[in-house]
Amino acid sequence: MTSTTPRLLIVAALGLLALTGCAATTDTAAPHTAATSTATAAASLTITDPWVKSAETGMSAAFGTLVNVSDTDINVVSAESTAATMIELHETVADDTGAMVMQQKEGGFIVPANGTYELAPGANHLMLMGLTEPIVAGAENTFTLTLSDGSTVEFTAPAKDYSGANESYDK
Amino acid sequence: MLVDQPGRRLSRRHLLLGGAAAGIGAVGAVGIELATNARPQVVGQPLNGAQTVPFYGAHQAGIDTVPQSNATIIALDLAPTTDAATLRRLMKVLTSDAARLSQGEAALADSEPELAVAPARLTVTFGFGPGLVAAAGGTAPTWLRPLPAFGVDRLDPAWGDGDLLLQIAADDALTVAHATRMLLKDSRSFGTVRWVQTGFRRAPGSVKPGTTMRNLFGQVDGTVNFVPGTPDFERLVWGAADNPGWMLGGTGFVLRRIAMDLDKWDKLDRSGREASVGRALSNGAPLSGTNETDAPDFAAKTAIGFLVIPEFSHLRRARSENPDERILRRGYNYDDAPTGGSVSNSGLLFVSFQANVDAQFVPIQRRIDALDLLNVWITPIGSAVFAIPPGCAAGGYIGDTLF
Repeated sequence: MTSTTPRLLIVAALGLLALTGCAATTDTAAPHTAATSTATAAASLTITDPWVKSAETGMSAAFGTLVNVSDTDINVVSAESTAATMIELHETVADDTGAMVMQQKEGGFIVPANGTYELAPGANHLMLMGLTEPIVAGAENTFTLTLSDGSTVEFTAPAKDYSGANESYDK
Repeated sequence: MLVDQPGRRLSRRHLLLGGAAAGIGAVGAVGIELATNARPQVVGQPLNGAQTVPFYGAHQAGIDTVPQSNATIIALDLAPTTDAATLRRLMKVLTSDAARLSQGEAALADSEPELAVAPARLTVTFGFGPGLVAAAGGTAPTWLRPLPAFGVDRLDPAWGDGDLLLQIAADDALTVAHATRMLLKDSRSFGTVRWVQTGFRRAPGSVKPGTTMRNLFGQVDGTVNFVPGTPDFERLVWGAADNPGWMLGGTGFVLRRIAMDLDKWDKLDRSGREASVGRALSNGAPLSGTNETDAPDFAAKTAIGFLVIPEFSHLRRARSENPDERILRRGYNYDDAPTGGSVSNSGLLFVSFQANVDAQFVPIQRRIDALDLLNVWITPIGSAVFAIPPGCAAGGYIGDTLF
């Protein structure tokens, strides 16, 4: 079995959420997506390969690839997690001096219809601020994304030690 | 233009490429022709790098897997504060890394994802030392401890023991290096590297598949071995023995780092070399037979009454009358940088798998220790024993039967 199978199971399971309690087996790296209703934008949004950078205190960031299987754009407007007192949706852009800085993404993330939106070190990411406790490698952290129609997508992301993703913070 | 050259037979490929290149002129087309000629490829032959070994299953991979060409074997010492919860976190991360990399998929947070694209039959096999089992609060197999001291041993603690074993193997040294890097950086916050031992066999495609490996003495090494799927393999490698329940589907691992004195071996003539082992150097046949797989005739005598396979030979000494005293051998050569004015620092990473180390490995080593002419040229300088837990299902992690 390849490690891509859990993802396929998740995607395939989306249409079956109301039909079955069958738990698609997933490894720690696989996404868990729970749609609040099949009629919402959340029903069409998954995240693959989510992970969060381990950190003792202060700030950290979470990454992964948002996947939209619907024919309309999906707008992620906010994110929450018990791991942090606040999460911002960030992009990384060049400032006036040419240095790459992080800043809040105006209007949130737009995941294109039948497309993906990548959250990666040095690029777009979920910015965790005010960590409630250390994020340690291998621990799983739960996140909730809120979409513009009010529906939510929940997923868990394992923490990994990672030396990168150190861009300067510019609110 | 290619298509205008008289008397030249053009392949469909030439025509297609020529046509495609028409827009950039004849020079471009010639360039493409040269490029295609320079890189002949056999249609339908899969790349070595694309081959994968399943990760998930009842047993861990890298044991019944046909040995890959390159291996890096690592032991980690875990932090003293390690407990079952810590081990769960560690093994979830390492299992995820191993599962993904073995299928040619970058690990999560892989900084060099391009190095993950050629898995080349990558396997990662994890083993638990006595310290790890104790930290997990589990019951250790009775044999999970350092081997008894043998008279031939000259053990260097730098090559011995450890809490967590990683056997990383693939048919590509770069693949092994990347997997090693990924696994070690994900282990960094849990412990420290105790030792790293690297080894090699023939590269894939160099000799006919199934050819028994040769060691750096030139000997055919590993002729008599279990075949996966046979009752012997099931019982003596995967068998439950009297191991604790969490080991079901697992096995025992022994690594002996055996220094081979190539300089002293150079002084021995060919007949002496063959007598020391009891096998022909040419094809590994027992001296009483003609083919590698011929059963040795230990009673056969020469015209003047000497045993054909000497009493002191390695073949004779390593062979037990008790069929339960057998092991799966899966070793690798090592050839490290020489030190101290020597020109060689070579030997064998003797790796064996057996359900019960005390019942299967130790008796063999005792006989070799008591008498084996080969001991003149070989010296065990490192020794480690680990319990190999079973494999896991997708969604699980290696060690999930223990913690």
